[in-house]
Amino acid sequence: MATQHSRAAARLMITPAVFVLLVWMLIPLCMTLYFSFADYRPMRATFEPWIGFENYGRFLTSSAFTSSIVTTLQMVGGILCITIGGGVLMALLLDQPIFGQGIVRILVIAPFFVMPTVSALVWKNMFFNVDNGLFSYAYKALGMQPFDFLSQAPLFSIIVIVAWQWLPFATLILLTAVQSLSSEQLEAAEMDGAPALSRFRHIILPHLSRAITVVILIQTIFLLSIFAEIFVTTNGAFGTRTLTYLVYQRVLESQNIGLGSAGGIIAVILANIVAIFLMRIVGKNLDT
Amino acid sequence: MHLKNALRAGTAITLLTATSAFAASHATTLTIATVNNGDMVRMQGLTADFTEQNPGIALEWVTLEENVLRQNVTTDISTGGGQYDVITIGTYEVPIWGANDWLVSLSDGMAEDWDQGDLLPAIAGGLTIDGELYAAPFYGESSMVMYRTDLMEAAGLEMPEAPTWQFIREAAAAMTDRDNEINGICARGKAGWGENMAFLTAMSNSFGARWFDADWNAQFDGEAWANTLNFYLDMMNESGPAGAGNNGFNENLTLFQQGKCGMWIDATVAASFVTNPNDSTVADKVGFALAPDTGLGKRGNWLWAWSLAIPASSEKVEAAKTFISWATSKGYTELVAANEGWANVPPGTRSSLYQNEEYLAAAPFAQMTLNSINSADPTNPTVDPVPYTGVQFVAIPEFAGIATQVGQQFSAALAGQQSAEEALANAQELTTDEMEAAGY
Amino acid sequence: MARAISTNKKIMWTSLAWGFGLVMFFPILWTFLTSFKSEATAIADPPVWFLFDWTLENYTAVQERSNYPLALSNSIIIAVGSTILGILIAVPAAWAMAFVPGKRTKDVLLWMLSTKMLPAVGVLYPLVLLAKWLGVMDSRILLIVVLMLINLPIIVWMLYTYFREIPGEILEAARMDGASLRNEIIYVLTPMAVPGIASTILLNIILAWNEAFWTILLTTVDAAPLTKFIASFSAPEGLFYAKLSAASMMAIAPILIMGWFSQKQLVRGLTFGAVK
Repeated sequence: MATQHSRAAARLMITPAVFVLLVWMLIPLCMTLYFSFADYRPMRATFEPWIGFENYGRFLTSSAFTSSIVTTLQMVGGILCITIGGGVLMALLLDQPIFGQGIVRILVIAPFFVMPTVSALVWKNMFFNVDNGLFSYAYKALGMQPFDFLSQAPLFSIIVIVAWQWLPFATLILLTAVQSLSSEQLEAAEMDGAPALSRFRHIILPHLSRAITVVILIQTIFLLSIFAEIFVTTNGAFGTRTLTYLVYQRVLESQNIGLGSAGGIIAVILANIVAIFLMRIVGKNLDT
Repeated sequence: MHLKNALRAGTAITLLTATSAFAASHATTLTIATVNNGDMVRMQGLTADFTEQNPGIALEWVTLEENVLRQNVTTDISTGGGQYDVITIGTYEVPIWGANDWLVSLSDGMAEDWDQGDLLPAIAGGLTIDGELYAAPFYGESSMVMYRTDLMEAAGLEMPEAPTWQFIREAAAAMTDRDNEINGICARGKAGWGENMAFLTAMSNSFGARWFDADWNAQFDGEAWANTLNFYLDMMNESGPAGAGNNGFNENLTLFQQGKCGMWIDATVAASFVTNPNDSTVADKVGFALAPDTGLGKRGNWLWAWSLAIPASSEKVEAAKTFISWATSKGYTELVAANEGWANVPPGTRSSLYQNEEYLAAAPFAQMTLNSINSADPTNPTVDPVPYTGVQFVAIPEFAGIATQVGQQFSAALAGQQSAEEALANAQELTTDEMEAAGY
Repeated sequence: MARAISTNKKIMWTSLAWGFGLVMFFPILWTFLTSFKSEATAIADPPVWFLFDWTLENYTAVQERSNYPLALSNSIIIAVGSTILGILIAVPAAWAMAFVPGKRTKDVLLWMLSTKMLPAVGVLYPLVLLAKWLGVMDSRILLIVVLMLINLPIIVWMLYTYFREIPGEILEAARMDGASLRNEIIYVLTPMAVPGIASTILLNIILAWNEAFWTILLTTVDAAPLTKFIASFSAPEGLFYAKLSAASMMAIAPILIMGWFSQKQLVRGLTFGAVK
């Protein structure tokens, strides 16, 4: 349907976006690639431009690497589970006829507007803190020993903080999907006497599958680079060191730019594998 | 070269249009990076006094939480600097950065009445390389025992002026009353080279441990470290607060001020906070003692000075020296005294302060602070000889990264997630790895 | 919508939804309340809810210590600037991909998304060195460009999925009537695309406002936005909950209020192709 002319115009229209992203990809990434083969430690005033794959070997064989992969998977997986499970429930709930729906929606989406540093600080100090946190007060009021979230359940605590921020996003997207569900179909099922649970399984959930994949894809993109929440709460201690955080420690705390750059390149490769895998699924979804 | 210049010109034009509104100032503007500790925030509040004396110099403050500050300043200086004219750094960074020629020497060009000779020798020594002073101490600290006199009395004990670790542990157990939320001992547990590792490294010195032997081999597999860590863990488990693994300086300060600690071993600067009746519920019941030892000849106290330095990349060295002269002068001390009282002046940098009758009268902790500072020896910190300097740190660039990871191991042991043996084995392994990587 | 709903059921759903809503909102509410307490009241056990001496002293204290107006205006300029720039680049691209799809369109789109996976810290040093070489450290223009770049894939994708839902038949019809490409865009498509663009703008402003890695590491004073402002209140000595809360409220209030007022627009276009 498109003419030669409009095809040329289209290419012209895409060019700026492709160009800036290409530059953005290429320049810093190539520099990182270059550093990753170098022994670059500014604190020692060391710069040796070629040491082969030594940095890669060191990064990949350190015990911190494997554990950081596991941590990353646990963290991202945990957050996805909470936000999608909670998001579906919240979306269904908000779809019900309720008083003050607009206000409830405002309350629910509010956390999405809070910057990660602020939410991490607020949760860490005012909720999780074992001496002066609200949770501790609640434990004490119930006559129990206060639970120290950030050292006893650090990964869980961070998952809670991040899930709190991303639940609104999942809810919003899923809500749009729920609302697009034709009510006739549901009513028909209800007439047939299908119990609520089977209606959910056979009608609602399939209808939401596309929205759920979208949420998974977008959130994963953002969640792989979680930083502020870990930096503020545990500083990577107690098994909360994700791959991103490990790279950060190598670059900024150890001041070993070469090693950190190798880690960065490895992270890019791994993230792209995840991305390709995810986008295959979504791509398929987008076609149909 | 052409391309580079064209790019620069292009950027400059864009920039000019974007920032012209803020660039229209004639005065020299100093950008000062500092931590958000109380003494620095106070200095920021007293800016007016400086600008009155120096109308040609305007000050711009970047006050940040310690970790974020370090992140920013380190990134800047290791990429050639240029963002800051004055930076706040500690005793650990100064020798390393100075040796890299990243800092401007302050041995000359400071104000006439600044009086370098008045600086406490222990403090100034840590900021000097080859006879050149590379940073001016803003406040200095060691560590000591702060304890509740009322609880000590109730436990039927008396704190010696120079206690042993064994006494501290027994006293802590005797003071602990968990039903009333009183923990016998508060100490750092939060992971970080400047948090739990500062405490534990200083403590290990008094147990005869060391980080490295003369050939830079890590020593965590030795008996001395095992003794240190086990003693620490046992003492904290018996008498420490819940969640100690997340407690740094500030968390413990809050606990102590709320009356939830029987003893607290930490920085000497804390003394003025815990005795300040505005913030502390136990202000009139605090006693002080030297950091503990085990009779091996070294005490478990550290030495640190938050100091002001000028990056070599600064183009405003003159003005920056004027500012540092002001901020670390005797005059500044008097200014704070006049505004906030003698107890709140920045301590631990000048001999003259400890001869000042007014200060000694207002600060019951002054003498103990001075004794603590004087008893720390950064050039000879351990029982057995070591190839490094630094009491609670090892003055090599790799230390911060290594110690933070080791700190995470010890913090996890404190939280009960692994045993002391596991923590030490992990620490030994990762330290050895990192040191090999660094080419030792 | 002819389902008869019993009032009982409605009340049940209402209380459940409100319960969830309040739980989600509670941390913000608590921060808000704490920001008006004295430091001592802020850590009182049992916690004090509404009946305390409301004070503005924390806001004054925060105000005295930092340059809030500058940080606020930087946040606004950076968020809005990067959004405008991003939209200018993304709309044509998404448009072309949606209406003139070629064989490679999907690949290009997926490639764009994959650039978003670049871990920020991995390219920290290169970027800082580059910015210093160009002399643009601590400038708003740098942050505008960087934030535009990191969010561009998301906005291209969001716009693309939205544009795709605009039925092609309308275009065909317009073309039959002999409309030029230009007129087609201005008179037919633009009105239909506006909600999607509006929603994308809002999302991008939120993302740019809250970005807390580059905004902290690439700025010192002149371009430092609210994310950096908050970093000076996080863990000083002594009690700080009330002041931290006040600073937090000052940092999030503008975006929160904007979000509330525009939530209908935000929701309308925020589908990412989730709805078939």
